[in-house]
Amino acid sequence: MTKVTLAKALNAGLRKAMEDDPKVLLMGEDVGKLGGVFRITDGLQKDFGEDRVIDSPLAESGILGTAVGLAIRGYRPVCEIQFDGFVYPAYDQIVSQVAKLHFRTQGRVKMPMVIRIPYGGGIGAVEHHSESPEAQFAHTPGLKVVTCSNPVDGYWMIQQAIAHDDPVVFLEPKRQYHADKAELDEEATPPPLFSSRVVRPGSDATLIGYGPMVKTLLKAAEAAAGEGRSLEVIDLRTLSPLDLGPVYESVRRTGRAVVAHEAHVNLGMGSEIAARVTEQCFYSLEAPVLRVGGFDTPYPPARIEEEWLPDLDRVLDAVDRTMGF
Amino acid sequence: MTEFLVPRAEGDTEFVQLLTPEGDRVEHPEYRFDGGADEAETIRGFYRDMVLTRRIDTESTALQRHGELGIWAQLLGQEAAQIGSGRALRKQDYVFPTYREHGVAYTRGLDPLRLLGLFRGVDQGAWDPYANNFGNYTIVIGAQTLHATGYAMGVQRDGAVGTGDPDRDTAVVAYFGDGASSQGDVNESFIFAASYNAPVVFFCQNNQWAISEPIERQTRIPLYQRARGFGFPGVRVDGNDVLAVHAVTQAALNHAREGNGPALIEAYTYRMGAHTTTDDPTRYRLSDEVEYWKLRDPIQRVKVYLTRNGLADQSFFDEVELEAEALGAHLRDGCKALPDPTPLSVFDQVYAEQTDELAAQRDEFAAYLATFEGAH
Repeated sequence: MTKVTLAKALNAGLRKAMEDDPKVLLMGEDVGKLGGVFRITDGLQKDFGEDRVIDSPLAESGILGTAVGLAIRGYRPVCEIQFDGFVYPAYDQIVSQVAKLHFRTQGRVKMPMVIRIPYGGGIGAVEHHSESPEAQFAHTPGLKVVTCSNPVDGYWMIQQAIAHDDPVVFLEPKRQYHADKAELDEEATPPPLFSSRVVRPGSDATLIGYGPMVKTLLKAAEAAAGEGRSLEVIDLRTLSPLDLGPVYESVRRTGRAVVAHEAHVNLGMGSEIAARVTEQCFYSLEAPVLRVGGFDTPYPPARIEEEWLPDLDRVLDAVDRTMGF
Repeated sequence: MTEFLVPRAEGDTEFVQLLTPEGDRVEHPEYRFDGGADEAETIRGFYRDMVLTRRIDTESTALQRHGELGIWAQLLGQEAAQIGSGRALRKQDYVFPTYREHGVAYTRGLDPLRLLGLFRGVDQGAWDPYANNFGNYTIVIGAQTLHATGYAMGVQRDGAVGTGDPDRDTAVVAYFGDGASSQGDVNESFIFAASYNAPVVFFCQNNQWAISEPIERQTRIPLYQRARGFGFPGVRVDGNDVLAVHAVTQAALNHAREGNGPALIEAYTYRMGAHTTTDDPTRYRLSDEVEYWKLRDPIQRVKVYLTRNGLADQSFFDEVELEAEALGAHLRDGCKALPDPTPLSVFDQVYAEQTDELAAQRDEFAAYLATFEGAH
């Protein structure tokens, strides 16, 4: 077993998927020679050739639109959008074509496509490089949306997404790319792609998050433990479909829930989760489901992003509030 | 019409024409009509195709007027552009249409009844695109030109271009209109196709009108000249001349199949009808213009040519008319018999792999619907 970063794990997962299926193609801006601006596709063009690792012109709608045609021809394109804020030129192709072709053709055309998007903030970037657009895709029927929070999940989930027959928006927490390393056992059996997971058991309140926020929630739970508070942490992993079974089970025990994400709170994933938890766990709840997230403003300039992003203290503040009911 | 967008004169070599509106064959220095072993039979076939295509259009328009279709996108006047290009395709070629390519659909062997589902509202144009290599209608303007380019990139990766095998080498055709030429996707598809030298033919039916907006609102140079800026050939053809359209398309398809990359064809034609049955063109264009184009009718000139040269007699024209009548009856009867989908079917094909949450939503809706059973 080796210890790898999320970036290396995704690279290894992509490599494995390309070895397993010759129809898998990678496409995007700078994904070839450069290996992508985050080096996620590093070395893959050298080993698989320019026909399978395709440096595209700088046009996101063009990348997604041509990927649709390749999928119709029987390929499995994996598109890299360079940064979250650059996905919008491709939004029409994703929402009106990628998401709807299977439905439009009553299943005659499949869209086995993965749209990889580095997302989230905290890297000190300029505008458009730190956004969290997951709710916009989760709101679109026909798409599936997943996000990994750690290297091991990254390795397995990217392969599972590529092997899946529906289009998958694959959100990668870019702040974690080169951060923590984890032991990767390539012989292990991964959990199903569309499943959430309890990553820390607890009994006083349930913290729900995904992607870059999971690390923050785990730190918050650790800090709370020092004060004698036991917090359960759930990594959602899949945002569409949602797998809230473990969440309901947890909230029925704890009676309290806090949902956290970097995305704006208004109509964010937390809103849907709060609604569903309320519907399913109404008689178990001791307090309303609270949401912690980015404010309903555009993403701020980098020098104040750490104040804007939900951090350990804001999560614990929400825990205090839910315990106060 | 703005002068700079109009072909200077018939006979101008920048405007490929092989059969004049008066029904006379003319020569072009670069393009020649290839009618195969029996040219007269081929041209009679084109005539038949165009008459039947027009019948699909007029019958469907009538079905809309009778309330059987919610809407219909008319192609009246564009029969030569569609038949001439459609008949230049080989079996392995693949078509990415807009929502107005009823004539091309017919040349690919798709039962025109299948087109009506979308316009009746019983489906969304769900024919099997692989059965005839005829893609599903795309309503978002220009989106399909990128799909065509991507498909052509797949053709390249499959080694199905430039092999010299006429049954293997494959071209892809992206249909679009003058309005779509303003879309980012169309321009991006030109760039991607040029960058990868993809075997795709961009076939633009310039019918002069994008609903109410004239061609002058989309461009200040003739559309075919744009190709040059993207680095591939462009040609303007008389879109109402089925022989010229066929010749120009065949050349562009061969160019693509041989591995020489993309080409743009501007088929200069005219939308004789409305944009769709909900549109009222009298609000934005003069009837003089329509009269001008009536004299350039794509079907009439072929009929004149066949008659004047003794290549078809009255019995042939009568036969085609009977066939058109039968097609009309097929559409009328078939349209009314198209079954409505059940409300629950909406859940069935959202995903290749159904999700638990959608299955649960379906079950809830089914249980709700069941509460009404036997209520009356």
